[in-house]
Amino acid sequence: MPDVQSMVLEFVNKLRKRKIEGSQATARCTVELLRSVISHHRVPHHANQASALIDAVKAVGAQLVAANPVELAVGNVVRRVLHIIREEDLSLATAAVAGLDLLDASDDDEDVNGKGIGYTAMSAAVVAAAARSTLRPPSLQTLLEGTPESATVPYTSSSGADSESKSKSADKSSITRKLKHDVIEGVNQLIHEIAGCHEQIAEQAIEHIHQNEVILTLGSSRTVLEFLCAAKEKKRSFRVFVAEGAPRYQGHLLAKELVARGLQTTVITDSAVFAMISRVNMVIIGAHAVMANGGVIGPVGVNMAALAAKKHAVPFVVLAGSHKLCPLYPHNPEVLLNELRSPSELLDFGEFSDCLDFGSGSGSPLLQVVNPTFDYVPPSLVSLFITDTGGHIPSYMYRLIADYYSADDLVM
Amino acid sequence: MDARRGPLAVPKVRRVGFFTSIEPSQDSPRPNRSLSGPAEAITTSSSPLSDSPSGQFISPVQIPPLRHRSDNLAAASRAAAPVPVPVPGPSAFRRQLASDRALHVGSYNPVDSLLGTSPPSSNGEVSEDSGSLFGFQRSDSAKLSASFPNGGFDMTMRVRAPQESEAKVVIASTSDGRKKNVEPSGTSEPVAATKPRKEKEQKSLKEKTSKAERRAIQEAQRAAKAAAKGEGSKRAGESSRAKPSKTAKQTQPKKDVPQVTSSLSEKRTVSVEKERRMDVPQAQMQYDDKSRVDKAKRRSVVEQTESKNKVELFLHLPQYERGNQLPNLSSNIFTLDTIHHAVYKVGLQHLAGDLSGDNARCIAMLHAFQEAINDYTTPPMKDLTMDLTGKINGYVSFLIECRPLSMSMGNAIRFLKNQIRKLPVDLSEPEAKASLCSEIGRFIDEKIILADKVIVQHAVTKIRDGEVLLTYGFSCVVEMILLYAHEIGRKFRVVVVDSRPNLEGQKLLRRLVARGLDCTYTHINAVSYIMGEVTRVFLGASSIFSNGTLYSKVGTACVAMVANAFSVPVIVCCEAYKFHERVLLDSICSNELGDPDAIANVPLRTNTKHAKTMDNNKNLQFLNLMYDSTPAEYISMIVTDYGMIPPTSIPVIVREYRREDLLL
Repeated sequence: MPDVQSMVLEFVNKLRKRKIEGSQATARCTVELLRSVISHHRVPHHANQASALIDAVKAVGAQLVAANPVELAVGNVVRRVLHIIREEDLSLATAAVAGLDLLDASDDDEDVNGKGIGYTAMSAAVVAAAARSTLRPPSLQTLLEGTPESATVPYTSSSGADSESKSKSADKSSITRKLKHDVIEGVNQLIHEIAGCHEQIAEQAIEHIHQNEVILTLGSSRTVLEFLCAAKEKKRSFRVFVAEGAPRYQGHLLAKELVARGLQTTVITDSAVFAMISRVNMVIIGAHAVMANGGVIGPVGVNMAALAAKKHAVPFVVLAGSHKLCPLYPHNPEVLLNELRSPSELLDFGEFSDCLDFGSGSGSPLLQVVNPTFDYVPPSLVSLFITDTGGHIPSYMYRLIADYYSADDLVM
Repeated sequence: MDARRGPLAVPKVRRVGFFTSIEPSQDSPRPNRSLSGPAEAITTSSSPLSDSPSGQFISPVQIPPLRHRSDNLAAASRAAAPVPVPVPGPSAFRRQLASDRALHVGSYNPVDSLLGTSPPSSNGEVSEDSGSLFGFQRSDSAKLSASFPNGGFDMTMRVRAPQESEAKVVIASTSDGRKKNVEPSGTSEPVAATKPRKEKEQKSLKEKTSKAERRAIQEAQRAAKAAAKGEGSKRAGESSRAKPSKTAKQTQPKKDVPQVTSSLSEKRTVSVEKERRMDVPQAQMQYDDKSRVDKAKRRSVVEQTESKNKVELFLHLPQYERGNQLPNLSSNIFTLDTIHHAVYKVGLQHLAGDLSGDNARCIAMLHAFQEAINDYTTPPMKDLTMDLTGKINGYVSFLIECRPLSMSMGNAIRFLKNQIRKLPVDLSEPEAKASLCSEIGRFIDEKIILADKVIVQHAVTKIRDGEVLLTYGFSCVVEMILLYAHEIGRKFRVVVVDSRPNLEGQKLLRRLVARGLDCTYTHINAVSYIMGEVTRVFLGASSIFSNGTLYSKVGTACVAMVANAFSVPVIVCCEAYKFHERVLLDSICSNELGDPDAIANVPLRTNTKHAKTMDNNKNLQFLNLMYDSTPAEYISMIVTDYGMIPPTSIPVIVREYRREDLLL
């Protein structure tokens, strides 16, 4: 599988050079890469299929995350894929056990001794475990019981147990194929979900945007664009203020698209956010990532807008596809989950070359230029999250996130 | 005029806010005062604000004006002397000084303190109260130490009372003698003598008497007003100009001849009323008012084409196409007749955006006016005051066409107009012109240049070693502060926050780095990233309104808000001449719009296709706001030439100092 390896390397390079931007694009690329990793993965016959797949995905995922640790969507997607593998594995296991159970029941007992009882007991345990892990709250009980959650252990033991009964290898390869097939199916679903999260979110626009509203947004987010346009298509007429988002001017891009779709758009400077917020009915932004505590990582300048919105009691709404939900709790996110871009976006090197020299005598430069990419909004400033599963308050995000990831994968 | 100014001018001796003990700043914050005698004497005697007797004493409206006329220095210093001293025998003291008018002032206090009943609020707060009740129209406070903390008492009535009957005065003074003595100097002795006794009775009597009394006095007032109206309407035309000379004549004998004073005070009230009306800043022109805009357009010199794609929210502000009329206008400079070339030049500079910074704009304008006044000759058959005011008005409306005036320029223009109005009639034309020019020069020196120096002195005490200071945009006062602090050896780091489209911060950055300051440069979006390491925020101001709202370069509010969220103190540096008595709640109602193209044009980077191509789409607008208003709650402190004050003190400063500046 050299081709997979080269694909991984290529993607890592892209990430490292920040060629791919935007969490959605990154997420889609990541998940497509992982799909090909899975489909090309050849499992040695004797090994545990699921854990082998998990290991492979984890290895690739670690590479990707290391390439751009700030792009949390990569980690999210890797965790989602891992979660899918575990789930599929689990459901296969339950199905297998149940099948065995059925088979056991149907092929009416010539020896109703310990074996049948053993099977049923086993199956009961497996079903219980499956039920527990599909319920998925990473509760204290599951942690304490210590069943390593994926039902692989009972499955292997069961397959080992009935070694004598059937053609072992055939069964096993079919199960492997089935697992891989199911996983790829699940990953395809994930791709579909990521691609379709805009529509899912945009469908809710009509519930939130009313006639004659004034909406402030900043940064360039496809989700926001679709959200606003969806409301526009429902014949709601409203105005949009777009903060231009210096020094990257993504606001201009968004404004251009909005105008192309017929929305009445006003571009304002970032500094005018506070001045204009008193006339704004709602601030809608697209998140870069949503942390488990309900904090938001967004384009730079978002915190300012959130503070201003809070001051004027304007709802601050964050749109986030499920791939942006990150299961980690942030620590000092303004600095640690941020990334400084080139100073040349702010200062013309040519113009300031004379100033840059001043410090050279003393060793340390006199002039520093700070140009961060992201901003962190604490959960207290967020009024509402709108995800593809509906609206949620910041304090609920941890629970929502728990649905998508398994607790084992939080640390990669 | 004078009479009104008197009591208001007194608080000059009071230092407002917290003061550093920097010596040079001692006399400079009181610019317009001739610093000769009284100010000096009083400063030394009562400069510690906390000194309670003096605190009581300097309640601004209690003090007759004569006291700080600079010519009776001796009297003033004597008056100042008794202040902190608890006077042992007030009546004796009083008798001894009865002949000396100036000493009324001093003698009030002993009585008050002796009675011990002067309401607790007889210091600064009182003056605020009475101010809010009466505004500034009290012309007559000269005669009496007028605005006592009067419980619902109109002051004028007391003042007018002598005119009606002597008896009423006595009643008036007795009725609230508990609070104050309201004596014209002739009656002061008996009133003072009876006071202690009365004071005991008054407590019970007061309620009833005051009611009946109030009615009587109201009637008297009504009568006086009717009388004044007949007279006033005749005089209205000339009254404003006649005033100074009249008051000059009257101030001396005033107290001795109560009848004359009172009749004068009527006239004065009328003229003062008029003046007050003139002093009220005109409402800003609302550009969505079609008829007025059309009218203004007919008169206009600059032919602005209205911008096609207006922002709906800001229809009340002028929105014009930019940059097309400049060449045309600049070729006109040799042919124009209505507008002086210096003013024209400043106007074009404004139009082109060459002048930035409120102080620079204001100084340029004042210099142009100076030049224009120098070249001015009164046309035959015309009156200098009227004609020159008209001319200035023409200049001002031209300047407004070029660019809406800043608040500080408005204040400067009001100052200038007041100066013109107050020119004595008997002054010859060259003299009048010279005096106006020197007044303008003095305004620039004292209100702007000296004020900046004082502000630097104050603000620099707030910079300690190892601090990280954040500033936004370019403010020349802040630049001076930073450079001065660096000069005196403070070790600190500066964060310069900048914003599009003007990028003024780069100018500041360049200057600071050139002087060897350690700088960090960032843009306004990153302010919450950088705020964590900042220990203080220094901001400049375009104006501060009397509700404490800071009106400044757009983005200032954002910076102040984020600083507030990070619990970083925000220090605003602003000269007092920029204070304005208007109030403002948001940034929408009063603002200025810049060139929208400045926003539409972004520095192009390779892969970004920007909105420039969509310029003509009517759905897309670019809004270039110039100013925003920062609510007072985000401001920790305002450093001004009168000291370091909280934003809540702005109305006090405006009230107590503004008058004096304009009327001096």
